[in-house]
Amino acid sequence: MALLEVNDVHTYYGNIHALKGISLTVEEGEVVCLIGGNGAGKTTTLRTICGLLRPRQGSVLFRGHDIIDFPPHTLISKGIAMVPEGRGVFAKLTVTENLELGAYYRQDKEGIKKDMENVFSLFPRLRERQKQLAGTMSGGEQQMLAMGRALMAQPRLLLLDEPSMGLAPVLVEAIFDIIQTINKDGVTILLVEQNAHMALQVGHRGYVLQTGEIVLSDTAKALQQNATVQKAYLGIE
Amino acid sequence: MKNIDWRYVLRLGLIAGVVVAYVSAIGVLVTFNSRSIVAGVLTLGQLILYIAPLWAGYLVGKKVLADGGSYLESLLSGLGVGVLSMVPVLGLIILPHALLPNLRRIFVNISPDLITLLTFQQESLLSGSLLLVGLMTALGLVGSATHLIPTQVRRPLAIALLWVVLVGMFSELLIQILRPLNRTLVTTFFQGNALKSNIALALFAITAALNWIVTSQRETVKTQIKQLPSDYQKGLYIASLVLVFILFMLLPRVVGSFLSEVLVNVGLYILMGLGLNIAIGLAGLLDLGYVTNFAIGAYIMGVLTSTSSLGRGQLSFWVVIPICIVSAMITGFLLALPVLRMRGDYLAITTLGFGEIIRLLALSDWLRPLIGGAQGIVFIPKPAIFDFVFGTSSQLYYIVFFGCLLVLFVSVRLNNSRTGRQWMALREDEDAAKAMGIDTIQTKLLAFTLSAASGGLAGAIFASKLGTIFPNSFDLLVSINVLALIIVGGMGSIPGIMVGALVLIGLPELLREFAEYRLLAYGVLLIVMMLARPEGLIPSEIRQRELHDEEVISTVENPSA
Repeated sequence: MALLEVNDVHTYYGNIHALKGISLTVEEGEVVCLIGGNGAGKTTTLRTICGLLRPRQGSVLFRGHDIIDFPPHTLISKGIAMVPEGRGVFAKLTVTENLELGAYYRQDKEGIKKDMENVFSLFPRLRERQKQLAGTMSGGEQQMLAMGRALMAQPRLLLLDEPSMGLAPVLVEAIFDIIQTINKDGVTILLVEQNAHMALQVGHRGYVLQTGEIVLSDTAKALQQNATVQKAYLGIE
Repeated sequence: MKNIDWRYVLRLGLIAGVVVAYVSAIGVLVTFNSRSIVAGVLTLGQLILYIAPLWAGYLVGKKVLADGGSYLESLLSGLGVGVLSMVPVLGLIILPHALLPNLRRIFVNISPDLITLLTFQQESLLSGSLLLVGLMTALGLVGSATHLIPTQVRRPLAIALLWVVLVGMFSELLIQILRPLNRTLVTTFFQGNALKSNIALALFAITAALNWIVTSQRETVKTQIKQLPSDYQKGLYIASLVLVFILFMLLPRVVGSFLSEVLVNVGLYILMGLGLNIAIGLAGLLDLGYVTNFAIGAYIMGVLTSTSSLGRGQLSFWVVIPICIVSAMITGFLLALPVLRMRGDYLAITTLGFGEIIRLLALSDWLRPLIGGAQGIVFIPKPAIFDFVFGTSSQLYYIVFFGCLLVLFVSVRLNNSRTGRQWMALREDEDAAKAMGIDTIQTKLLAFTLSAASGGLAGAIFASKLGTIFPNSFDLLVSINVLALIIVGGMGSIPGIMVGALVLIGLPELLREFAEYRLLAYGVLLIVMMLARPEGLIPSEIRQRELHDEEVISTVENPSA
């Protein structure tokens, strides 16, 4: 049984048919990337999975249970955490407070303390800036904070929306290194990225999205070799 | 000369002048002139006249020094501001006299009284005007000269001056308090309704010295306390709480009935402020219809306890209090339901509407058989325990005081709880809060419901305090007052709310001349606060950080600094 199974999902914004029958699976322990250009429906797919948008048709199964009817705030306790596009950190709270809110639904104080320590060893920058307001940090640091905060919920599936957006190339590499580390620690990851090159390097499998439809799906290696993908998303002629 | 920004000087001088001319023309100066601060030396009206050039001089001197100017340049700019600041005022004196004798028909407050005040009772207008020019210029100079005094000295002096002004301004009240104790004390300290000038000087010296001692010793005392074993520290803390409690218990006996009445009003607004603070300060939900809860509490108290024909049940105050609180909470919950999806401005406008609807319902003929319409409800009995009736303000004070304690306790506990953190996240970013697993709907409903509770309590006490309630008592101004005291005191800050209530509700009651200019003063105060201290008088920790990000960053980057 796949950890996440999306079956023939149709999502609309008003009358606009944004997702025209998306189906994808994410197995336990994988890093799966969703690549595609602007407006292909990548973010819409993520928002549908975590309940922020309601599809008109189709089903989303998490560990075998349909989660479409669950409101978004209940998903985190089921094991799905999302790092939204543009990070969505609480700008006016400190780093520590942000992380504490990530563990909001949990009651085990000891475990929270331990996980905070884990996050700090994963992101040493955050340890240095514990008392700083999140909004005053650089984009890369905010991205780290958003990821750390999502990890505080001890998710089984982490949804990452454009983690490389607006970051310097050095930071992009650092972020993708961390994504791999997190995955090795046992967190399954669904990664939405415009930076197809980086995404396919860390991902195991990939789906290519175009105007609301999945046009290609294969292992990351095969996609990297695929002529269409190379031409359209990797900039290789 | 090159370090003086003459345009700034010009602007500030003219602003100061226009402010003085404006408050003169609308009659503030003359009204306030009747309140004397130091007998024969200073009245409140004169103080208001002097503050503008003094303050402008202070600001301009500060700016010149910050731009790297010399002390001489700063004094010169102060002089400039002083001269400029009297130009509009001078116009006020000369225009009606020489050119426009009809000006007074429009500006009725440009009266001979005002002119006499501005020209220091001089026989000739010319010598009076010259005196005014000289004085205003001198004050601008003095304002800029304050920078010559080192900060350690300037602060105690400024605070001492403030004390003299406060004591002088409220001499009348102090006299009322002191007279029953000792008559000679009154005659030694006061003359008429003001401080004697030699006493004022002595008071100035003593408070300055005290303040200097306190500020210089504060740090050492603090470290000494920190070095004590933690048991002792805890003991000290509890002892100081007990002391404050005893002081508050004794307060109405000391201050007499008039001040008790003021304190009861302040207390009612503290209750409402603490309640609204849950919605606005903690959860970030701008509720402009808080009067709704106040009205619900008052009307339920009225209907259930009144001995008039409208009264139903004639229950005891103590039985009805919980009913009032619960009803307010239910109303808060129900009114929150339709606005759950709204944010920011839309929420504010909608709640504003609710507040008006409640007042109109109370006025309506439809509900008249139940709650009396425009005639209101009369014969609401005072609270009583067995045979003891809380009849006077100094007795009602205790009910308000314990109500405040209760709400205070709940507020502090909520602020530091999981729920408090939920509200914090909701206030900062609703979507991110959702992603953290926070049920935003439930969180909002809880905020509105709890926020309503203390409004209901305040309304209930209000009704039985007055004995009668009319729809007019529940207009928009109540909501605005509560909101204003939260903003002035500091959003989300519990001590701030108490200070805000004292300043916005207490002060106007004590300065009766104020009544006419109350809304003007509110507006000015809010604008000044937003410009000078947007985080409020006693800000909460978070608000402070938000508005002063730069300093926080610099301390983070250089932990040594």
